Parts: sequence; C-alpha cells; structure tokens
Amino acid sequence: MHTQDQPLIFELSKEGRIGYSIPPLDVPEVSIDELIPSEYMRTEDAELPEVSELQIMRHYTALSKRNHGVDSGFYPLGSCTMKYNPKINEDVARYPGFAHIHPLQEEETVQGAMEMMYNLQTTLAEITGMDEVTLQPAAGAHGEWTGLMMIRAYHEANGDKERTKVIVPDSAHGTNPASATVAGFDSITVKTDERGLVDLDDLRSVVGKDTAALMLTNPNTLGLFEEHILEMAAIVHEAGGKLYYDGANMNAIMGYTRPGDMGFDVVHLNLHKTFTGPHGGGGPGSGPVGVKKELIPFLPKPVLMKKGDAFTFEYDRPQSIGRVKPYYGNFGINVRAYTYIRTMGPEGLHNVSEYAVLNANYMMRKLEPHFDLPFNQHCKHEFVLSGKRQKKLGVRTLDIAKRLLDFGYHPPTIYFPLSVEEAIMVEPTETESKETLDEFIAAMIQIAKEAEENPEIVQEAPHTTVIKRLDEATAARKPILRYEKQ
Amino acid sequence: MTFRYLPMTEQDKKEMMEAIGISSTEELFKDIPEEVRLKRSLEIEEALPEPELVKYMSQLAAKNMNTKDYTSFLGAGVYDHYTPSIVNHVLLRSEFYTAYTPYQPEISQGELQAIFEFQTMICELTGMDVANSSMYDGGTALAEAALLSAAQTKRTKIIVSKSVHPESRSVLATYAYGQNFEVVEVDTENGVTDLEELKQVVDDSTACVIIQYPNFFGQIEPLKEIEQIVHQEKGMFVVSSNPLSLGVLTPPGKLGADIVVGDAQVFGIPQGFGGPHCGYFAVTKKLMRKVPGRLVGQTVDENGKRGFVLTLQAREQHIRRDKATSNICSNQALNALAASVVMTALGKQGVKEIAMQNVQKAHYAKKTLAEKGINVPFEGPFFNEFVVQFNRPIKEVNKKLLDHGIIGGYDLGKTYPELENHMLIAVTELRTKEEIDQLATVLEGL
Repeated sequence: MHTQDQPLIFELSKEGRIGYSIPPLDVPEVSIDELIPSEYMRTEDAELPEVSELQIMRHYTALSKRNHGVDSGFYPLGSCTMKYNPKINEDVARYPGFAHIHPLQEEETVQGAMEMMYNLQTTLAEITGMDEVTLQPAAGAHGEWTGLMMIRAYHEANGDKERTKVIVPDSAHGTNPASATVAGFDSITVKTDERGLVDLDDLRSVVGKDTAALMLTNPNTLGLFEEHILEMAAIVHEAGGKLYYDGANMNAIMGYTRPGDMGFDVVHLNLHKTFTGPHGGGGPGSGPVGVKKELIPFLPKPVLMKKGDAFTFEYDRPQSIGRVKPYYGNFGINVRAYTYIRTMGPEGLHNVSEYAVLNANYMMRKLEPHFDLPFNQHCKHEFVLSGKRQKKLGVRTLDIAKRLLDFGYHPPTIYFPLSVEEAIMVEPTETESKETLDEFIAAMIQIAKEAEENPEIVQEAPHTTVIKRLDEATAARKPILRYEKQ
Repeated sequence: MTFRYLPMTEQDKKEMMEAIGISSTEELFKDIPEEVRLKRSLEIEEALPEPELVKYMSQLAAKNMNTKDYTSFLGAGVYDHYTPSIVNHVLLRSEFYTAYTPYQPEISQGELQAIFEFQTMICELTGMDVANSSMYDGGTALAEAALLSAAQTKRTKIIVSKSVHPESRSVLATYAYGQNFEVVEVDTENGVTDLEELKQVVDDSTACVIIQYPNFFGQIEPLKEIEQIVHQEKGMFVVSSNPLSLGVLTPPGKLGADIVVGDAQVFGIPQGFGGPHCGYFAVTKKLMRKVPGRLVGQTVDENGKRGFVLTLQAREQHIRRDKATSNICSNQALNALAASVVMTALGKQGVKEIAMQNVQKAHYAKKTLAEKGINVPFEGPFFNEFVVQFNRPIKEVNKKLLDHGIIGGYDLGKTYPELENHMLIAVTELRTKEEIDQLATVLEGL
C-alpha cells in the first residue's frame, strides 16, 4: 500500500484550474436577470475543487492504492460473500443499449432491457423456488422491508389486523429488526439453542395470533443449516404467519435446495453478494424479492409482464403495496447479475455452492485446533470461530483482525453474530484457490501462536498499513464530517 | 465442465475432503432434509462461453434505442449530461469497486477519504452543514427525509407538493403506509405549489413539508415563502433538489431548509434505465445525529496522522436494530465516487458554467417552440425543463419525433390527468442549437 498521506482534493485546488471540456454556448445568450429572479440566483460559489485532469487521476489512483478490494487480495468477510467480480459484467453493463437508456422511454424502444429483466426475474424465481419476482428493491435491507410490507398487506387484505409481530432469531443481522420496525411491526427475538439453531420450543412459545412473520436466514448467520426448517415452517404457518427468507446466504445452497421448497413465502436476494454485482465500496446493490402465489397481488408496481412476444409494465395492480423505488430497480446491477448467471448456468451455480461449502469446511477443520469452535457440525459457506482462548491471553478478536491486515488480508467479520463471544466469522467463497486458503490458514495459526508467545505484536497491530488504529471515540464525540477551508 | 471463476482442481478437492474427513461433498449437505432437497437440475439456461455471451448480451442491448444514438429531450428526474471520460477510468480502479463497506479503516482509507470529499461537495452545493455518504436514490432519500422529520417532530402528517416527482411521491406513500403516516398532497397553481392551499393544510401536527426545487415541471418554487409557512408551525422543511441546478440557484440551505435530498445522477451517472443512481441526504447541524445511512468522519491515528472512519454508527441499524428509524445498510458508494469525480472535474467554474448552459439552452428551446406557435402553459422561472401543450396525445407526438431520431419528452398525462396532451421537455448542455431547432421544426409540422 501507498504510505504517503494523500491530501484532500480541496487541498490540491488552485484558482483557475479546470478538469472538463464542453463546447461554448451555441444559442443566443440572454441576460440571466431576464430568466431567473435575482433572489434565486446563487451569490456565493460552491467551493468545489479546481484541479486539472491529471491531478484528478493521480488523486484517485493514490486513493485506490489505499484501499483493499477482492482484486487486491483475499477478503473472507463473513456474511458478505466477497467473491470475484467478473470483468465481463462490467463491460456488459456499460453497453450503450443498457447504460444510456432512459427509464421513461416508450416501452417499444426498450424491449431488450425489459427482456433482460424478465429473463432475470424468471431465472431467480426458479433458483429460489418462488412464483414471481420483483427486481425493484435497491438492496438487501430494502428487499426485506419490501417483503415485510407485502406480508403486512396480505394479512390486512385478509382482515387480519392484529398481526403486529415479526419474529427474528437472536443471531439475525441488524437489518432484520430494523426493516420490521420501518414496515410498522414490532420485532421479537427467538433464541438459538446450543447447536446454533433456532430453539424450536422457544419458537413455539413466541408464535401466536399476533405473528405476522418469521424472518430467517438459512443457512443462518452462524453458517449452519436450520435442519428443522420444515417443523419451523409448520409452527409458523399453523399460527397463520408467513415465512420470510433473508437471502444473504444463498451462496451456500444453489441447486441443492430452494427457499420455496423449504416453505418460505417471501425471499429476498442480495445480487451484489451471491450474483457478483460488485460491492462497490458499500453499494449500489440490488435486492430482488420473490413471492409465492398468494402474495403476488401485493408486489410493488409496476410489474413486468410478457404479453405475446412483447414485454410491458403493468400498473393496474389494485392490491399492490405501491412503489418502493422510482423506476424499476438497480437495473445496472441486475445486468451484471444476469451476465453472471448466464456465465455459470445450472451446473455452474451448483458448483458454486458446492465449492463455497467445501472451502469453508476445509478452513474450519484446519483452524479448529487453534481457535474455539462453538458449533462443531459441518458448516455451510461460512463458519464462526470464537477468540475466547486468545482473549484469556489478552488478545482480543479485534487484535487478531488487525494483525491479519499485516499479512495483506481483509479480516473476517468480527463480533457478529452477537450471540458468540469474540466472534470471528469466515466466508472464503468458491472463487479462492486452495493455495490462498492454505496461506490464510497459516497466517491464522501464526497469529494464534503469537497470542501465546508474543501477544504485543498482535495487540499493537497493524504494523504495515498506511495508518495505525484510528481514534474512533473522538471521531464520534467531536464529529468532523466535511472539509473546511482553514 | 470447468468454470473460469472456480479454481479448485480434482486433486485439490480430494485433499480438502480428506482433511475434513469426508468422501464426498454430498456429506456436507446432509443436514438439508431429504424432503426439501432439489433432486433435479435448476431449470435455467445453460452456461454460455464468453464470446457467445458477449454476442447475446450485445444483441439484447442493441434492441434498445439509446441516447447516444438518439437525441433525447427526456428528463423528468433522469438526465443526459456530459460525463468526462475520466469517470469510467476511476470507477474501473478495482480497489474501489471490489471492496466492501469500509469497516476496516486501515485498509479502506481510499474509499473513506473519497466519501469524506463527497460529503463536503454535497454540503457545498446544497448549503447544508452535514451530508451522508449517499442513499439509494432521490426518491427513497425523500421518503427517508419524511421518516426523519416524523421522528424529530414526533408528528405524523407529511405534506408534499404535487409538483414533486410522481414516482418519489409513490415511494413516499409506501413508506408512509408502513409507518401509518398521513400524507397530504398539495395542488399546484401555474406549475408551482399552491401557497394558499399549503397555508391551509400546514398546522401543528405537520411533521414536514416536502418541496422539489426546481420542481417536477422544471419551475423554481418560491422557497422563501414556503419556508415561513412551514417554520411558523415548527414543521421540518424538506427540499428535494437537482444538485446541478445549484450551480446557479440559491442553495436550499440558504433558504431555511432543514433537510435537502436529491439525486446525484446528474453528475456522471448513466441513466441506466433508472438505476443505480445516487441519492444524497444533507441536513443542518442540529440533525446530524439523526441522519440515516453511513457517515465518514475525520480523526487521527495513534501517531496523530490524519485518517477517516465510519462514524456516529450508534444511529445505524446494525447497532440500534429494532430501535432504528431507518433500515438502510447498503448505499451507493461507487456512484457517489463517480459523482465526486465529476464534481471535481467540473469544479467551481464548471458546475456554474454547465448549469448556466442548461438555463440558456432550455430557455432558447422554450422561446423557439413558442415562436412556432406551441403553447407553453407555465410562465414562471425555470431551470432546464418546461411544459408544452399539444392538441393530440403525446404518444403520437413522440412517435413522430422518433421517426426523426428524437426521443421526445415525458407524457405528463400519465401521472397528471389534468395535463393530458402536455409534455415535459428537458434541455441539457448536451443538446445543440441544431438539435433544438430540429425539434422545433418537427413539432411545428404536427
């Protein structure tokens, strides 16, 4: 990594420099006073930087060197599915016929885009075992909320207004309860048993007439398959609730099983995880939602339909929850996901899950002697270690994560799920070679050894990054959220 | 069959299975109950080798009429603007696009600094104190502004002008239904919010008033007057604004806005059939700790060296869980990066020059059309869009224009029944005088 401090772009600015080129105005110029009243004319300039094109390129190149992506090195960030982002996807998404079309063009002029969307939504319906899919939600959490809103509309349409509770496991991602709140539900927690699975007795005790839905990730956030899924589905369905599938961990089961076959009524997928949409440093993502037949009337509108050979958006959907996003979703990410699916086909996607699971189990067994493993059964695409043993030696999971930076790795997810003490959640993905896995395993074993023999080196890590550990407390107490000219 | 994204060899697989103590990978899936196992192949299309896939996707793309081949006067929230070549070169630095959210600041300084710069640029344009790292898009940002307003004022009545983008209002309605908010829509008069009606509906139960500036019809709303009406009743003033227009227009922050939202699509983000774009969310200092989404802050490391971190995370869903007022997790970081590159390339001068060209060209177009006898119903000042009226369905007009290689304007009758046969025309800096004149000629012939 680039170790020199990189000035802010504003600090490189010098009056009079530009980084753009447009033709001079070619229509007769009219005095601006005649067009816009002076009270609406800006009097102070926006202080945007003034730099040349090369300065911009050098600035962002320097910043990129201070950033770690999947292309830079191994990125076993649990629950995030940091797999390889295929380059052809980037090319295809930039074809003018995809990138430079307007969402409000007449439908006849964008049939290719609509065909792509239709193919993607029917493909995702088959992969998840659902009856229909909407591509409108922009991200996973947005999909969760969309799905819950449909469940709410469904219950209300049945005159079932007392269903105000959404059940989430204690190991759930924070977006689950937050999405429930934004959809107008209260969330209640169901416990995890000693095997890391939802406690069925506890589930029975919390389910009732007020249950709107159970939200579940399967495999769950501990990387374990909820093997009692059919009993769980029966418990929830018998109480009149719906089953919601958080597709964050879909990478583990493609071609092996489908949420629709497990009894789920609503599913969201994270196309930026399983289907390589890249993560982009935090987004954009895409969070399509699939539903079973009885929830179809509640899908967000418009709904993309095929009529004869033509594709059309249907707006006349009286029971729809309405729009969740302007236009039709994050189309550009959907193009990438579809390109990926067409690269892999049915056999390829099955292999993806096979290798994602094989890689995770291999790493788990290799690391088991050196770290605590709270759940011993085979995992799926990820596994959770506990840094309890190292904590007793004064080395916390955070230190282990920081030490991994010195080896050139992005660390695993840490301190999540909340139910595991000093959690270290590793998700290798299927796109990594055995050599990479072995090197990472060796680094982890070395760190475990350092914790015993030379804890300071771990406690004081990282040693090789462009910057040391940052003062996050001051950042939050006295926030500086923008550059101010001195 | 082998796949280029899957590196495991048969030998690797064998060794790994030995290490695990299994003889087949099937054993790893035994915890999936028989009854739910998929006992057939997925019925999806077979894999395509790269050259065939390129061909197939190119053919699909070629079925669409794009705004590089056609001259577009379609805007209505999504615009065809100049994008410097440099943008794509930055975006393709894969250290940015293949990274996750910058939760490990020591190896994410590049992304964090780029977002910190983005936040600063949005503050500069909007005249606000604090901007977040981005939202999904302008429409959902607007709905989130309503959620924040309701949480802040502990009131539930959301007032929105009908001159706000219809699709944003639809999104707002869905969010409001989730939260049991009452949404009151205020009519327009001569293309801008009807202030008399607004005065009547704003009261002490009003959480916020949402105004678009310039509005959906391109008109510049009288923010000064509206600000007084809202603040008199201690509601929040939410302004949704095209950030390019703020190169010339008074920033909403200077006119008393509490929350400013919008979409940075105008800065180098392709229209892309409606997404992904890049919502922004800016507030006054008072609301800093209530902002949804991620915020990047400046701090120092152990050696006193400047660095950047995600901060004020106590606001966010992964900490607050069911107490959160927003569930946003992913944002549009890569598109915020694109917008930053464009705001940087344009800089202080460029953003003014380009905004000014939009004003000049749109006014030239309006004048030219009016001279051809086409009715331009709204008289007020506007930025780069205006409404024209025809005596026939817009679909017919646009069909005619398409025959001449022109993508016509937005058919307002689709969302405003009272504006049947009205078209919203957008003229950006990319439209030449020749193209505008051609538009006028074709329309005159109708």
